[in-house]
Amino acid sequence: MSIGWFLAVSALIFIIGAAGLLTRRHPLMILLCLELMLNAGNLAIVAFARMHGAAEGHVFALVVMVVAAAEVAIGLGIVVALYRNRVAVDADELRELHG
Amino acid sequence: MAELLFFIVGPLAVIAAVGTVALRNPFFAVLSLVVHLLALAMLFMLLQAQFVAVVQVLVYVGAVMVLYLFVTAYVGGDADPRGGSGPSLRWLSYAIGASLVVLLAITFIGSGLQAIDTRGAPYDPELGSPGQIGELLLSRYLVVFEGSALLLLVATVGAVVLARRRRGVLPGEDRTISALDLFAPTGTGSMREGVGAINPVPGAIRARITPQTGAASPPSAEFDDGDDDGTEDRR
Repeated sequence: MSIGWFLAVSALIFIIGAAGLLTRRHPLMILLCLELMLNAGNLAIVAFARMHGAAEGHVFALVVMVVAAAEVAIGLGIVVALYRNRVAVDADELRELHG
Repeated sequence: MAELLFFIVGPLAVIAAVGTVALRNPFFAVLSLVVHLLALAMLFMLLQAQFVAVVQVLVYVGAVMVLYLFVTAYVGGDADPRGGSGPSLRWLSYAIGASLVVLLAITFIGSGLQAIDTRGAPYDPELGSPGQIGELLLSRYLVVFEGSALLLLVATVGAVVLARRRRGVLPGEDRTISALDLFAPTGTGSMREGVGAINPVPGAIRARITPQTGAASPPSAEFDDGDDDGTEDRR
């Protein structure tokens, strides 16, 4: 099984996530597309780790997962705070983030 | 066998990713992302990353996605807004997405993948075992390990601060910190106060929470916020 196939899948998923990030406007959907992109990066890292036979890539993938979990916690906290204060579901209308 | 599994799971991951982006209901989009993450875990298995695959299922599918589902249910899961602001901006975003696809196609059709068209290193049964990863985490990547622990702590505290119920500040009003804050009544900012059991907010439903003996207080006490600064800093 060539490593290139995994990288192709990874690139496809990354582009799907990037396109969604640019086109969607619901804050939750933007976070979901961010998850897609992070996971595509993870898949590429693990594929390269297999290619070189080194476990360092697995450590990188785990650290990416930790960062993604922290990002989700903060992002969803912001979404909840937004819904408490106003009823906007459009990221375009949330340009100013104070108070 | 690995090829068969890859050509089942790889397209499944891509289709689920498309569903995550394309579905207009955020609830279904989250469920589609769950399918995508499970497919990715199987791809990790094919790449001999057993530990990463298990962590993916446990942490992502188990914990993070449950958090997503809770928040989606909490905020109501409104459909993605259509139309509205800036059609030129929207067309620009579609154009950037399309150009990314073109870029990918050029990379694949060209010889960009020749260098990595390899089966990889010879099979090593030790690769990706929890022991090897744990050894790396606690020796060479110890600083990274501790840093991510600190990051998780900061994220936890930040999420609690962001999502908690605020009290005493009207919109557009800056809160001044006074010495009276030190003598705020117990339970201020707690979940019990959030449902109106203590420091009641006028108009909130609290008859079923406070005992009947407490309801005998004069009506003027409803507008008293409990601290003795003479102000009524209700929400």
